[in-house]
Amino acid sequence: MQLTRRDTLIMGAGVAAVTLLPLPSLAGAWEDAIAAFTEGGEIMDGGIELTAPEIAENGNTVPISVSAPGAVAIAVFAEGNPNPDVVEFQFGPLAGAQSGSTRCRLAGTQNLHAYAKMPDGSIGHTVVSVKVTIGGCGG
Amino acid sequence: MAEDSKPRVRVPRSATAGEAFEVKTLISHKMESGQRKDADGNNIPRSIINHFSCDFNGENVMQVTLHGAISTNPYFQFEAVIQESGTFTFTWNDDNGSVYTDSKDITVG
Amino acid sequence: MKKITLSATLAAGLAIFAGSASAQVDLDAVLNVEGMDITTRAPAADFLDIDEVISGWVYRTKETQALQMDDFENPGMIFVDIAMDDWNTVDGSEGKSCASCHTDGPAEFAGLRAEMPRWNEEKGSLFNMEDYINLMRVEYMGAEPLKWAKPRMDAMVALISLQSRGDTINVAIDGPVSDIWEQGQELYFTRVGQLDMSCANCHEDSYGLMIRADRLSQGQSNGFPTYRLKNAKLNSIQARFKGCMSNIRAEPYAIGSEEFRALELYVASRGNGLSVEGPSVRN
Repeated sequence: MQLTRRDTLIMGAGVAAVTLLPLPSLAGAWEDAIAAFTEGGEIMDGGIELTAPEIAENGNTVPISVSAPGAVAIAVFAEGNPNPDVVEFQFGPLAGAQSGSTRCRLAGTQNLHAYAKMPDGSIGHTVVSVKVTIGGCGG
Repeated sequence: MAEDSKPRVRVPRSATAGEAFEVKTLISHKMESGQRKDADGNNIPRSIINHFSCDFNGENVMQVTLHGAISTNPYFQFEAVIQESGTFTFTWNDDNGSVYTDSKDITVG
Repeated sequence: MKKITLSATLAAGLAIFAGSASAQVDLDAVLNVEGMDITTRAPAADFLDIDEVISGWVYRTKETQALQMDDFENPGMIFVDIAMDDWNTVDGSEGKSCASCHTDGPAEFAGLRAEMPRWNEEKGSLFNMEDYINLMRVEYMGAEPLKWAKPRMDAMVALISLQSRGDTINVAIDGPVSDIWEQGQELYFTRVGQLDMSCANCHEDSYGLMIRADRLSQGQSNGFPTYRLKNAKLNSIQARFKGCMSNIRAEPYAIGSEEFRALELYVASRGNGLSVEGPSVRN
């Protein structure tokens, strides 16, 4: 088969479209990951803060912090990663606050979701958008 | 990798009973996500630290479940609150079965 | 000294843009590490065509900057710990560790990093930190030399560099090194690779501007070894040169080659007046 210039352009456009859509490619995996944490609890907006840079200089090391006073556990999920699970903090009796910070990998610009599990089983939720810069020399 | 994993922890030397303070941990680990391919196009199998726990005198402060999206050299910062002097223990569990530990004494004055 | 215009660089195909409003450079940001103020801006040496030398730290985002301001947040410090273990480990035929001779610890080398690379009179050649480490290993410990740009070497360079943190870079460019320095300067301004670019195109003509999604710095070497977020490890100066050359699609010189040694000397001297930062954190 011989590729014409036009074919090549069309193929390129297809690849670009796939690349530009930061949607979870495996919707089932996304829902399963969330459900495994929420365990059917009622999800409400708020009750949890998620701090992440508006623009991450490198997707390899993105600092994130979560805080949800009174929560028993907090989980973070990345919409645009091949595997949505990022991290889950479970707070013990000696936790000084229901908060935690770590550094994570983001495959590209996307939304990060944080869910907080409260003692009564209800779930707090928040979402933050992080732009990940790709394509530089590193300064 | 196991022999190269080196933990660092930062805990204050002393604390006030009932007052929260900051704890930071870092451990060297490549955190191979399982999403990468080698030069021949084969998947590089996942090899990460999958669990972290901080305990004090046998009681839990915090546990963390890590996934492939946690960066190389995993870092955690969190808060603890204690009532008496004792020892913090930190435990990291590797996919390969290795367990890395560190401990720090603290005085409540 | 050749001067090359920015338009020629653009034509070469690597687009350089003025920065977007969302990520402005704060030239007045203060780098304070563990209570120590580090000089990130200084008057440029007379031989430079720029007025001021600026640390690459200034050009990073505030999140990346913060990682270098606390030794616990700085992931590069983990490798300093690893090198400290190495420092105390016996290796080689003489049954010695670094600590066997250097009884006051790595602190004996306070100030050394600020002068690197420099002329070694006894050996009659230009020495950088890697050369000194391997000289000690081979001649005094009877141990194998460490490979350059590999984790064990980079960690040891970081440990020694740290002893000079905050010291003012003061690299000699005259006397026995003057010819090597001239060669390094020549390399710095020579266009190479498919993109036909020199070091100067980015790091002298265009620093502060965006190169695709990244902010260009002056390409100073005072922060090396550098923990890069990109590869999550320490990076040596010459490994970075290799990376830059690959980015402009040039055939990189070999690590440890005469060319990279000369370039390391010249680039280090461009940072005279800045502070030793290593191990620094960059993207």
